[in-house]
Amino acid sequence: MTISAPKYPASPTILVAALLAVLTLVVFAPSVRADEAVVRAGLAKFATAKGFGEVEAAVRELAATGDPAVSKPLAALSEGNLYVRKSDAAVFIATSNGETLSLADPLTGAEAGTAKAGEMAKVRVNNAVRGAIRAVSGSLTLGSGDAGVRLAAANAIFSRPDPNTIDALDAAIAKETDATVKARMQIARSSSVLASDRSDEEKSAAIKLISGLGSREALNLLTSFQSNAPDRLKEEAASAIRSINGTLMAWDVAQNVWYGISLGSVLLLAAIGLAITFGVMGVINMAHGEMVMLGAYTTFAVQEAIRATAPGLLDYSLIAALPCAFVVAAAVGIAVERGIIRFLYGRPLETLLATWGVSLILQQAVRTIFGPTNREVANPSWMSGGFEIGQLAITWNRLWIVAFSLAVFALLLLISNRSAWGLQMRAVTQNRRMAASMGIRTPWVDAFTFGLGSGIAGIAGVALSQIGNVSPNLGQGYIIDSFMVVVFGGVGNLWGTLLGAMSLGIANKFLEPYAGAVLGKIIVLVLIILFIQKRPRGLFALKGRAVEA
Amino acid sequence: MIAARLLKNGIDRRIAATIALLVGAAVLVPVLHLAVPESSPFHIPAHAVVLFGKYLCYALLALALDLVWGYCGILSLGHGAFFALGGYAMGMYLMRQIGDRGVYANPVLPDFMVFLNWKELPWFWHGFDQFWFAAAAIVLVPGALAFGFGWLAFRSRVTGVYLSIITQALTYALLLAFFRNDMGFGGNNGLTDFKDILGFPVQAPATRAALFAATALALAAFIAVTAMVVGSKLGKLMVAVRDAESRTRFVGWRPEHIKLFAFTLSAVMAGIAGALYVPQVGIINPSEFAPANSIEVVIWVAIGGRGTILGPILGAMLVNWTKSWFTAALPDFWLFALGALFVAVTLFLPKGVIGMWDQWRAARRSRVDGVVPAIGTQPRQSLGTEAAE
Repeated sequence: MTISAPKYPASPTILVAALLAVLTLVVFAPSVRADEAVVRAGLAKFATAKGFGEVEAAVRELAATGDPAVSKPLAALSEGNLYVRKSDAAVFIATSNGETLSLADPLTGAEAGTAKAGEMAKVRVNNAVRGAIRAVSGSLTLGSGDAGVRLAAANAIFSRPDPNTIDALDAAIAKETDATVKARMQIARSSSVLASDRSDEEKSAAIKLISGLGSREALNLLTSFQSNAPDRLKEEAASAIRSINGTLMAWDVAQNVWYGISLGSVLLLAAIGLAITFGVMGVINMAHGEMVMLGAYTTFAVQEAIRATAPGLLDYSLIAALPCAFVVAAAVGIAVERGIIRFLYGRPLETLLATWGVSLILQQAVRTIFGPTNREVANPSWMSGGFEIGQLAITWNRLWIVAFSLAVFALLLLISNRSAWGLQMRAVTQNRRMAASMGIRTPWVDAFTFGLGSGIAGIAGVALSQIGNVSPNLGQGYIIDSFMVVVFGGVGNLWGTLLGAMSLGIANKFLEPYAGAVLGKIIVLVLIILFIQKRPRGLFALKGRAVEA
Repeated sequence: MIAARLLKNGIDRRIAATIALLVGAAVLVPVLHLAVPESSPFHIPAHAVVLFGKYLCYALLALALDLVWGYCGILSLGHGAFFALGGYAMGMYLMRQIGDRGVYANPVLPDFMVFLNWKELPWFWHGFDQFWFAAAAIVLVPGALAFGFGWLAFRSRVTGVYLSIITQALTYALLLAFFRNDMGFGGNNGLTDFKDILGFPVQAPATRAALFAATALALAAFIAVTAMVVGSKLGKLMVAVRDAESRTRFVGWRPEHIKLFAFTLSAVMAGIAGALYVPQVGIINPSEFAPANSIEVVIWVAIGGRGTILGPILGAMLVNWTKSWFTAALPDFWLFALGALFVAVTLFLPKGVIGMWDQWRAARRSRVDGVVPAIGTQPRQSLGTEAAE
């Protein structure tokens, strides 16, 4: 139905012919557009219709023209805005403004003057009529030029199967060029076939098509079909339901794995800095959670600064916050190491207490500066929303956090395995005194390692500000989980932390549906306590005399 | 028997004085509270009795932690769990004593169970209408948990920071569990609205005074028990395990048994402290399990001086009195003060207030007499690690 622009050399006759062709096409353009007279005649039926049954029949007749233009009067009818002028039985869409009604042509929407309320009679509708309108309006938009609208129409029919739409669907399917929309239309048609009195063969083909969908709505459809289906089809429907259930179960598992990975990457971010400091210095930094919190508050501060100075860049404030959070947390970390921890070497339990004190001070400091209430860090547009793969719902922010945590992990792996500093770090982890004898300045390594671990916690805070509240207690929520990851994964090997975080995340999410969130967490904690009995130094324990306590 | 042992071994004069002081307080405070008219300057008001009763419970908890940390080198970050379990056992007894005087007037079920539409008493609530049963639970539940946990942990040689972390996980898991309504312990709200204890109304001045006296006597008794334990051969072994676990093992002892004994005894003490605490404050809820509470206990011990018997008692009193003062006068600064305390004590007061006092006295004496001071049972600087050797 589109016009082929003249590509050949323009001669006057051909030009005129082309122009004529254009005109004809414009006038009679979309082939779905029925003769306007037919539509008008259909509309006129509303003026004469007596009782809701006849109104409904008129609705169906109007819809049968297949003209997209009728959706406007039908919508008006559904809302009770379709009126008949008593004097000449003409049909209008009317909107009331007090005493008078302003009239509009039902098809074109052109203004058609006003009328007193008494001169007009409303076309009355009930729920049955409204239902019919909903059902037919799906099939009407099937002819739309916009693929998205057609898809929505097919979905509307699928969720409200109606035998009357089958013919419209058949016509639409024949013309459809977009494969996704076509598939969806076929499924919508199948659902309508199931609701119709078509032959069993057609229905069984429909069941096959629907069961291939493997979604929850397909399951609902088949379940309701099965309850009043003939025996032969009942069997088929039941087996289709079984297969859908199997598919759904597999998707459930996939969804749980995804949630688990998502939780695991959060744990990884929170724990990896802790694992480094614990590995190298044998020090449990109880203020680690507060470094995460400082990172989150830095994100908030950067966001506010950008909002004040360059609101257009607000979407990128997270990226700007990353280095800031790293620097802030690393600076606090180095200050804590130089100011407190270095005086407590060889006394890990006292370090634990001192850093706990630091964590209390940091919490209260943030509470004093930013107030005790939650602060809002907005999701940038590229991190909001989500998409679906089959039955798997994936949100962008979770996906970004998984990607981000893996990137941080890879970066740390690179630093630890490929840089001179990483080599020194590993040397000190394995045997501090030997490393010192070889000329490694262990105090420097300690300070920088502590800074690095804290900085990583800071950028973890940037990520965590996207999925939780930014409050002074933010760190407290993560600290015990981080410990569990470190204890489970063992120290001295980053892979242990990755494995620990992921397995704890996935275990948590798999226990949740059966045991509930809290009980699931308790079970995981108990399992870790029992696991520690078997492997007191975690999954990836360092071996050798230096680590024997 | 304890007294005989103490007399035989000889007892530190300061410890004896403290025990005497506590016994005296157990007699004197009730008298001053009940018999002396309110107008008299010697009258002790009700809130002070409750407050000091609370402090004494904390002191007992601190003493319990000191036994494992100060003398045996096990830094437990989960002693609040044993305290709370003892408290819950007592709370369950007190709940059953309410009988049909609750809001819903159910003769058997506590109010929160009626509220949750429970039809019958869960099995673990049976027996708590009897005081002897509750008393047994107060001792046995924390004791059994500590025994089981310690048996697993010490046998597989989980030590140092790892042990601290899993004790924290223990109390965290219990915190989450007790928050659940389905657990049958009143969920978030815990157990409260107590009416009677042993037939006496909990709110009555006489009962309050009696509870104070009981707490003071219990603390005195456990100071004596602790002194006896640490003065015995077992106590010397505990110190040996603390300072050089591997060596103790190589010499032929079983450090896990020694640790297990200390840990279990300590948990029982903590449970009793919790049981005495609950009727005085009138509520027990899951927040007692919060890991932060358990860590706070550690700072009481550290401030007073770990590895001493009077240190933790002094520390608990001192910190809690300061806390009461701060939260009333400068509520925003309490966490700053507490945090600074943690840092300052670990950096500058590794032996606590008592240790400082002893050092100062010893230094003065040595200046006067030219005698080198003996540190005795003071912990070495490097607690819980031999890696530095």
